[in-house]
Amino acid sequence: MARNIKLRIWRGDSTDGGLKDVVVEANEGEVVLDVIHRVQATQMGDLAVRWNCKAGKCGSCSMEINGKPRLACMTQVASFGEEETITVTPLRAFPIIKDLVTDVSFNYKKAMEIPAYEHPKELAPGQARMEQIDVERSQEFRKCIECFLCQDVCHVVRDHEENKKSFAGPRFFIRIAELDMHPLDMLKNRKKTAQEEHGLGMCNITKCCTEVCPEHIRITDNAIIPMKERVVDIKYDPARWLGSKIRRREGL
Amino acid sequence: MSGVFSPTRAKIKERTLRTDKWWLQPLITFGVLFSFIIYATFRAFENANYFVEPLISPFYSPCLSQACVAGSTIAGFTPVSAHVLNFALSPALIILIFPLGFRMTCYYYRKAYYRAFWLSPPACAVAEPHEKYTGETRAPLIFQNAHRWFFYAGLVFNVFLTYDAIISFKNDQGQWGHMSVGSLVLLISSSLLWFYSLSCHTCRHTVGGRLKHFSKHPVRYKLWTWVSILNHKHQQFAWYSLAAVAFADIYVREVATGAWTNFYFF
Repeated sequence: MARNIKLRIWRGDSTDGGLKDVVVEANEGEVVLDVIHRVQATQMGDLAVRWNCKAGKCGSCSMEINGKPRLACMTQVASFGEEETITVTPLRAFPIIKDLVTDVSFNYKKAMEIPAYEHPKELAPGQARMEQIDVERSQEFRKCIECFLCQDVCHVVRDHEENKKSFAGPRFFIRIAELDMHPLDMLKNRKKTAQEEHGLGMCNITKCCTEVCPEHIRITDNAIIPMKERVVDIKYDPARWLGSKIRRREGL
Repeated sequence: MSGVFSPTRAKIKERTLRTDKWWLQPLITFGVLFSFIIYATFRAFENANYFVEPLISPFYSPCLSQACVAGSTIAGFTPVSAHVLNFALSPALIILIFPLGFRMTCYYYRKAYYRAFWLSPPACAVAEPHEKYTGETRAPLIFQNAHRWFFYAGLVFNVFLTYDAIISFKNDQGQWGHMSVGSLVLLISSSLLWFYSLSCHTCRHTVGGRLKHFSKHPVRYKLWTWVSILNHKHQQFAWYSLAAVAFADIYVREVATGAWTNFYFF
């Protein structure tokens, strides 16, 4: 059954902006992205919003709904109270372009800084074989849809713009973890560069990235903390360091 | 102006637009941890009421000081002097540093106290009040990387506390085959400490997490999967074990002072 709901939508650009109140019809089963589209169609024809699949798989409609980073296409209107005003703003960790659209190019720059998978020289393309239990571990990380909600909520950059130079963010820590846990990846210094170049040590594991992940990737427990422990192996544990020198092997 | 108030970001004056009770969880965490710290400090310096045959408080075990009351030591092994620089050293002070260090550097408790005590951040998508942030890259927080050493020490302590739980199945005359409420309290406390330790992220890394090839190490992979199951509940074990240890100490203290009677089942 249709009902009218109260929305507050942030309108503006890099020079100025503010929250605008609007009342819009919402039908049963609709998500926040649906009502934003209805506002765009009926009341604010120039409202800028990024979206694509409407199925929680493309990661385009990331925004903040009642202050929480979420996908608008996966947030049911019915999950809010009937009298509640739903406040919709752009992601607050990235530069604003217009209305609900932000410039997320920070993430693409960081992606380019992560060295790619390095294949064993003795294995020709097509010869590589992996056991299922080795594949499963990194498959969790491959579920990432690059919505960048984890990057948005991470206080290291959200609350400290200056840290963007030296901090890759949770999305790229799962990428580094995926590669470092890959049985065939031959690049040896991922742990060291994770700590020294990509800012793993900046993370204080308050787990907000895990809380907002729409794919339910256990970013902190399965990627960041294991990487921190691997860094301890090579940088802060003399016994492990000595063992690795004697046995001359970094990963087992 | 930094963070969410940076000039390039959407101009929103509120530190957060969250409408839920985001402050409740850090407030509860602060209250519980602060109460525990106050109580543990009081008990560490009290230097009394920590042993009553056959129960010893987990705060004072293993009792290694020459000041330990008769019967509370392990086979009379007391390598630590009762006084250091004319200061009467409580036996608890010698050992509490290890479990305290284990919990302070624990990956779960870090989340809890960074949020509740240091507001870094107070909750997700709530702007923190600090101007600068360097995380765990420099002293003192870089010492969080010593977690594994406290983990190893914690395992040793768990052995002692399990021993304490076993010998609590005696009566106050030292005869085996009896069980009291105190036995149950120490057994639950030491068991939860084992679960807390074995569910630890460092334990998960040590048994198999550091491997690149699970398929080449099937036994370690199996261990890793078991520890991973426990690891899902690490937060719960952290709180349950903390509560159980605190209650075990309260129980022993109350029995030692005579306020409570240690009821024997058989």
